[in-house]
Amino acid sequence: MNRHLSQRLGFSLLTLIAVFTVVPIVAVVIYILVQGAPAISWEFLTAMPRSGMREGGILPAIIGTFYLTIGTAIFSVPLGIAAAVYLSEYAADNRWTRLIRLAIINLAGIPSVVYGLFGLGLFVLFLNFGTSILAASLTLSIMTLPVIISTAEEALRAVPQGFRTVSFSLGATRWQTIRRIVLPQALPGILTGVILGLERAAGETAPILFTGAAFFLPRLPGSVFDATMALPYHLFVISTQVPEMPIQIQYGTALVLLVFVLGMNIIATVIRSRARAKRQW
Amino acid sequence: MEKDLNWREFVITRLIKVSGYSAIVFVALIFFFLLREGLPTLGEVSLSNLFSTRWYPIEDYYGILPLITGSLIVTVGASLIAIPFGIGTAIYIAEIAPRWVREILKPLVELLGGLPSVVLGFLGILVLSPWLRVSLNIPTGLTALAGSLLLGAIAIPTVVSVAEDALDTVPRSYREGSWALGATKWQTIWRVTLPAARSGVLTGVMLGIGRAIGETMAVMMVTGNAPVMALKLSSLFSPARTMTATIAAEMGEVASGSVHYHTLFFIGMVLFLISLAVNVAASSVVFRSKKRAERILS
Repeated sequence: MNRHLSQRLGFSLLTLIAVFTVVPIVAVVIYILVQGAPAISWEFLTAMPRSGMREGGILPAIIGTFYLTIGTAIFSVPLGIAAAVYLSEYAADNRWTRLIRLAIINLAGIPSVVYGLFGLGLFVLFLNFGTSILAASLTLSIMTLPVIISTAEEALRAVPQGFRTVSFSLGATRWQTIRRIVLPQALPGILTGVILGLERAAGETAPILFTGAAFFLPRLPGSVFDATMALPYHLFVISTQVPEMPIQIQYGTALVLLVFVLGMNIIATVIRSRARAKRQW
Repeated sequence: MEKDLNWREFVITRLIKVSGYSAIVFVALIFFFLLREGLPTLGEVSLSNLFSTRWYPIEDYYGILPLITGSLIVTVGASLIAIPFGIGTAIYIAEIAPRWVREILKPLVELLGGLPSVVLGFLGILVLSPWLRVSLNIPTGLTALAGSLLLGAIAIPTVVSVAEDALDTVPRSYREGSWALGATKWQTIWRVTLPAARSGVLTGVMLGIGRAIGETMAVMMVTGNAPVMALKLSSLFSPARTMTATIAAEMGEVASGSVHYHTLFFIGMVLFLISLAVNVAASSVVFRSKKRAERILS
């Protein structure tokens, strides 16, 4: 066969494959937007569920996901950034550092439901936190850690070595250099990683199934030792466990979850591209 | 003042170092707790029961083989989708697409990676499985195939981003050399760029498959949850039950410390070991090829 003809055929095939990969993604998002929009009202977003969740709003699920995301951030952000600083600024290239990297890769690959088991074993039962926001947040933050560490490390490494050399030559200590020079320069990249990590935590169901998620609560959680409703778990519950659930409420809940998660995704993308445009090095 | 500064620096450096090692601590802790809660099952359930083909905990049947084959068949189906589509899209983005198309496609694929699996499972129940039932004329659309389709979609972003990175790092001079010898762009992709990026593409595929094995919610919602042995490819068209879905569906209802509880942790331990093996293998592929590249370049 003529090799230019085979190139034409090959390119068409690859284009087709790319189209088949991307079109369903767009279709899913648009479909949920269209189907879910009619359910969205002020009441849906701000009222408690009524009549076995078949009427009313989804406020406790929205608040719950908000709490869990904040709780996850409190633990995973400082720890993740500190670990990234260690890997990028302190660690020597030796056996231990390679072991740390291997551990991070493995943390990233552990199935989410296994995190749920671990959270149940350690936080809920062994440390006796019970099924609670605290236990669920801790579980989610360990799951989020590898994303934050690897993106933050990449951002720190992208800061040119010259910046550090100049700072040292002016008499600054290593920590002063990190805090005043390296971290501020790497901030947009770190922030992008943090948001992408938290986005994953906000959308996850399996890790909170047995560590903090509640099927239904008549009131909002009052302390970190209370269980909570959450958007992804709520969507799971109303689409599989509640018979005769109005379809509109299901699509509405899916839409709110999607907006929550994709909103974070878009914010992260904007921060990244704006920082790239402004960067002077 | 000077002393104060030194002291602070010392404490902060220590804290950072401890945080650096936290990942190792967490992996060890996770493994420890899975062992602690999962190993007792070996004393409580006979091996012939544990490795039998019947999973029916209410009557003390704890055979995990149907769950393992369920995970396998769903994952094989997912790979059949994710590998061609993932690698094809990666090649398209890295080698063929004009710049503006690339700028649109990359965020869209990342978007797919960010979609919560429960949303995909939800659409799987309401849209995908009714469509499968009607178009394939099978009794229920909640089958291993539905799970495979969703898992394929979930694994694609991982395959695309890792494979695309690998293709991107192939030096431009390789391609230019090939073009200068008269090869077409298509021939260059197949004979030069793709072989040069081989290890990275392989890593992407392995990580994608790893993700598929570990996925829980979407699979639980659409596979119909029937713990039957899935040994033939035709099992794709009947309901199945994966290891992850079993844990997620049953852990909420068991008493902690019971045989059933320990067995679910045992399954978690198996999943942990599988993901460990996949990730160690994937990263060793990367390390090895890096070393080879360094040898060639130096």
